[in-house]
Amino acid sequence: MAQKTLIEAVTDALHHEMAQDDRVVVFGEDVGRKGGVFGATAGLQEAYGTERCFDTPLSECGIIGTAVGMAVYGMRPVAEIQFLDFIYPAFDQIVSEAAKMRYRSGGEYTCPLVIRSPYGGGIRGGHYHSQSSEAYFCHTPGLKVVVPSTPADTKGLLIASIRDEDPVMFLEPKRSYRSLKGEVPEGEHYVPLGVGRVAREGTDVTVVAYGAMVPIVEKAAEKAAELGKSVEIIDPRTLVPLDEELILESVRKTGRCVVVYEAPKTCGFGAEIAAIVAEKAIGHLEGPVVRVAGFDTPFPYSLEHLYMPDVRRVLKGIQRTFEW
Amino acid sequence: MTTSELLTIIEKDGRAAKGKDPNLSADDLRRLHRTMLAARILDERGLALQRQGRIGFYLQALGQEASHVGSAFAMRDSDWFFPAYRQPGIPILRGVSYDDIVCEWYGNDGDTSKGRQMPVHYSFRQANFVSISSPIGTQISQAAGAGMAARIRGDDTVFMTYFGDGGTSSNDFHSGLNFAGVFKAPVVFVCENNHWAISVPLKGQTASDSMAAKAHAYGMPGVRVDGNDVLAVYRVCKEAVERARKGEGPTLVETVTYRMGSHSSSDDASRYRDAEEYESWKQRDPIERFERYLENKKLFDPADKQALVDGIKAEINEAIKRAEARPRPALETLFEDVFMNPTPQLRAQRDELLALEGPESDDVGEFPL
Ligand SMILES: Cc1ncc(C[n+]2csc(CCOP(=O)(O)OP(=O)(O)O)c2C)c(N)n1
Ligand SMILES: [Mg+2]
Repeated sequence: MAQKTLIEAVTDALHHEMAQDDRVVVFGEDVGRKGGVFGATAGLQEAYGTERCFDTPLSECGIIGTAVGMAVYGMRPVAEIQFLDFIYPAFDQIVSEAAKMRYRSGGEYTCPLVIRSPYGGGIRGGHYHSQSSEAYFCHTPGLKVVVPSTPADTKGLLIASIRDEDPVMFLEPKRSYRSLKGEVPEGEHYVPLGVGRVAREGTDVTVVAYGAMVPIVEKAAEKAAELGKSVEIIDPRTLVPLDEELILESVRKTGRCVVVYEAPKTCGFGAEIAAIVAEKAIGHLEGPVVRVAGFDTPFPYSLEHLYMPDVRRVLKGIQRTFEW
Repeated sequence: MTTSELLTIIEKDGRAAKGKDPNLSADDLRRLHRTMLAARILDERGLALQRQGRIGFYLQALGQEASHVGSAFAMRDSDWFFPAYRQPGIPILRGVSYDDIVCEWYGNDGDTSKGRQMPVHYSFRQANFVSISSPIGTQISQAAGAGMAARIRGDDTVFMTYFGDGGTSSNDFHSGLNFAGVFKAPVVFVCENNHWAISVPLKGQTASDSMAAKAHAYGMPGVRVDGNDVLAVYRVCKEAVERARKGEGPTLVETVTYRMGSHSSSDDASRYRDAEEYESWKQRDPIERFERYLENKKLFDPADKQALVDGIKAEINEAIKRAEARPRPALETLFEDVFMNPTPQLRAQRDELLALEGPESDDVGEFPL
């Protein structure tokens, strides 16, 4: 197996699918000639030509509207939105169209498209290059939402997303693009949507985290271990569909649960996990379910380091499940 | 009137084309020159600071000084701007201090927008310069709305909004021009066509012959002007501003120019565009061209240029020194301005953060258990 960064795993998956399925087309702003502002689509235009990997005019609405049309007509578009913060002009096409095509047509028409987009903070990007808006999409029936945290999962989940028969929001933790390196299987590698993973086994407290928060929680778990607390980390990998059973199983074992996410706290996806745990595992809880999240402010610039959940805040959250 | 013809005034030898010289006063001409020069020097310093790791990001307007300074010069001080991110000369023209500008780059406690945004996303209320946003195009429909408001209130304020060739592909371009046309809003839409939207060339943006041609469909005049000719830009915009002020409605001005630098400090244009195109535009440098005009008028002597440059540089460097001595905004400011009054949840979150002990950020803190 080769060592790859998370972004190289994205490129690897796109190559793999474009090579074996000519219905797969990749497009968006700067994805062709430049190979993407982060380099995710580097080499694709050279390999598959300008009809299968191309730059578009500067319109997210146009990118997703045309992707929906292509998908309805039988292609497998993989559209890139340069930063998740810029997706809002396409919101109507995603929420009103892609998400509802199958349902509103009674299954006559479907919309198998993938929207890839880097999300999240930690790169000094200010308001508009840092947001984590996964909750909007999770709140929209008809959309699948995938957030990988490791290079291998990135490849396997992206391949599964491209082959999926429904629209998938594939949110890439840009903070981890180059900072994370790991073993990535060569060739075929398929990680099914809806199956989470235990990122670290432990016995005292469950911490649920996804995307760029997983490495932070791993660091916090090391520190907690030094102080005698054993942390189990659950990475759901896909938020929709959600592997509830994996989370519940862990919470039943540890009796404690912390959810870590970098989006604003209120109505973030962690609130959903907390509700599920409260509904289905309350009898096993030995402390409150605690959310460690971004604050309910727009994403800041100079004070970003205070906004983002860090080791200190994760540890504090763990502490609160013991002392209440 | 919509024309695909390109209006130019300053000819190669520095003379103004017959009958087209706007005949600005010597003071005005010197002010235009100094502002363009200051914008360029500011950009040089900004990019250098980014390269040295002293600020996080920078975005230059290199080669586009005439386009934004010439157009802005057609406005009154009471008129408003809805800018994009490539018009550094406008705050300078409006008398915003280098301290205010530079503090924004550092996002320190002297920043008028309290360190909330990335460098060059200014907000200068004192200059009627509305807060810059990154999402492309959003300011276009806002300018139309502000223009509609001025009409409703009976003000004679004029609004100027800026966007790039890429910006014409946004939904807001359509909505903004359509509304302004329907409601006869007093707006000048300035499309700075610098031929590139990051790595996407003009041809990848539109199949239209010109950006100015798009005005026709919205029922307003569209004018194409040489964006590297500060007098031509000024003249076209002056007419558009006057039309707007008289209640005759909006105009779309396309300034044809070139992005001489990379898109931003994160980009490397040599990876996707060829040197030839760059070289040909280098011959058309807007500042040198204007200097030839000034020389002809005996208002500028190349021998004095270095002193002028050094003077501006010294002022900017002093501002940088002062900005670097200032701290980050206070922790509590993180929770301010979300609303006029913070919600109970925000107050609780602020208190929670203030109560946290141990070092900030990725540094592993003392375990609190
Ligand atoms: C809605 C939106 N999509 C994508 C981006 C990323 N982006 C920033 S600048 C830019 C290109 C803009 O080109 P243009 O409008 O021509 O302006 P220029 O940078 O050339 O001045 C892009 C794609 C963005 N800021 N906003
Ligand atoms: Mg441009």
